[in-house]
Amino acid sequence: MLSAPAHGVQIMIEVSHLSKQFGTFRAVDDISFSIPTGQIVGLLGPNGAGKTTTMRMITGFLKATDGTISIDGTDITENPVEAKRKIGYMPESAPLYSDMIVDDYLRYVADLQGVNADEKVPQLCETCGLKEVMHKNIADLSRGYRQRVGLAHALMNDPEILILDEPTSGLDPNQIQDVRDVIKEIGKTRTVIISTHILGEVEMLCGRVIIIAKGKIVADSPTGELREKYGHSASVFVEAGGCSESDLSQALSQLEGVSSCTAEEGEAIEGVQTASLLAHAEGNAEIRPAIFKAIAEKGWTLYEMSIRRNSLEDVFHSLTQDDAATAEGENA
Amino acid sequence: MKKQNAALVIMKRELSAYFSSPIAYIVTGLFLVFSGFLFFNTFFLANRAELRNFFSILPITLSFFIPALTMRMLAEEKRSGSIETLLTLPVTAFDVTLGKFLAAFISGAAMLVPTLFYVITCYVFGSPDAGPIIGGYLGALFLIASFSAIGLFATSLTKNQIIAFFIAFTICILLSILSGFLVFLPSWLVNFCSYFSAYSHFTSIAQGIIDTRDLIYFISLTAIFFALTVEILKGDSRR
Repeated sequence: MLSAPAHGVQIMIEVSHLSKQFGTFRAVDDISFSIPTGQIVGLLGPNGAGKTTTMRMITGFLKATDGTISIDGTDITENPVEAKRKIGYMPESAPLYSDMIVDDYLRYVADLQGVNADEKVPQLCETCGLKEVMHKNIADLSRGYRQRVGLAHALMNDPEILILDEPTSGLDPNQIQDVRDVIKEIGKTRTVIISTHILGEVEMLCGRVIIIAKGKIVADSPTGELREKYGHSASVFVEAGGCSESDLSQALSQLEGVSSCTAEEGEAIEGVQTASLLAHAEGNAEIRPAIFKAIAEKGWTLYEMSIRRNSLEDVFHSLTQDDAATAEGENA
Repeated sequence: MKKQNAALVIMKRELSAYFSSPIAYIVTGLFLVFSGFLFFNTFFLANRAELRNFFSILPITLSFFIPALTMRMLAEEKRSGSIETLLTLPVTAFDVTLGKFLAAFISGAAMLVPTLFYVITCYVFGSPDAGPIIGGYLGALFLIASFSAIGLFATSLTKNQIIAFFIAFTICILLSILSGFLVFLPSWLVNFCSYFSAYSHFTSIAQGIIDTRDLIYFISLTAIFFALTVEILKGDSRR
């Protein structure tokens, strides 16, 4: 895998050969990675892939069946309190005491973290935009505000490591933007792990992405390199007239450098019969000249030909597809 | 900046959650109705200024009321998931258990406070022996401590408050009425089994006799269930 970090960079999280077994179900299966200071890492995967379980083991909530986790050099099972002191964690859907008002709750967390509540709570109220709800019952908060209280909870101890399980799920676009801004700001100096299944979020926020499927790491790379590393490079959209779709597909599939063709909706023009499809290139092959020639030779008319880079979705899909169907295990 | 003890912080939160909810007053009110009936029964009908009836039924009364106090303490945290936010803070399973145990003990002891009115009534209208009354309250505190630990153990086992209540109630009531079953046992077993009876240890303290065996019984009962709760919170069943 990736990440032999540059010399002198401090490793904040070192996970090695981590596994978790629930009965007969192996939720996490021998995963290893290490994360240096100042990296925002996106933990990506379908539901039930083991993201939450991994986070729960890193934060000491669950015990690993096998393997070790070291937080800034401290083993989470040997010295949990010391390790947890360095972590700010917000579980998915921010489960908080619903019978408390926000101000009391944050003061309670401050007391448990051993920080000065009078100083820290107003500061976090500012950072997380909680002014209007400080004296409301947590039970009465909207999902967005709950999530922000959860974020304030996680930031209480100025953690070196921030771990957020699906921090933006269930929020409206403005709230998502707010939460992302906070994460980005924190990620400048600290280590952040977020889990999500929103790919755009990973591209926007994370410098590195780890994709988990069926409890195993299937990809680990800087976000920018993910496409080149794991995607089958490019596809060409072709729209032609004077032929049926099956003719076109048959003709193009035989070409050198074309691995396969899939149907694709074209933008039909009134009264003009066209066939359209996507031709997938093998490796980095340039297939456009061959396609053009083939269509010209057949006497068909080329209406449109354009190259499409594979999106992150395609990469994600191809990496996790087989597993998504079978990994129906609970998202423990 | 002085660091507050985590167990005390948790205890304070539990107590304020408990006393700001109507449950505190319903449970205390019901307890007073029960115990008041027993007391005034003796007081008016039997015309005796004493608390013996009140104390003699106390193990059974508390078998019901202490589990009612403790049933939500961990089951609710597990149901809502807040146990995860709590246990991933820099606290230990011991801190959490101790905080909740102290909160349960204090809430339980607070239930007894209004019954001091009975004591005053007794002294106004009669001259009862102080020994059994002091012993009775001391024994009651030991009972509350042990039952709180049992209740906490039960609530750590499940996400369901009702199940937590019945597990704790069953254990407490068995310990309370065990001595009633001893007549069915062969004589060589009686001595052994009677040691486990909370009732007989409580009555012995409530007679005003402080015997270390009775104290050791209650302290070890509390310690065992306390330790079991800590172990459960350390394990994965915390989910």
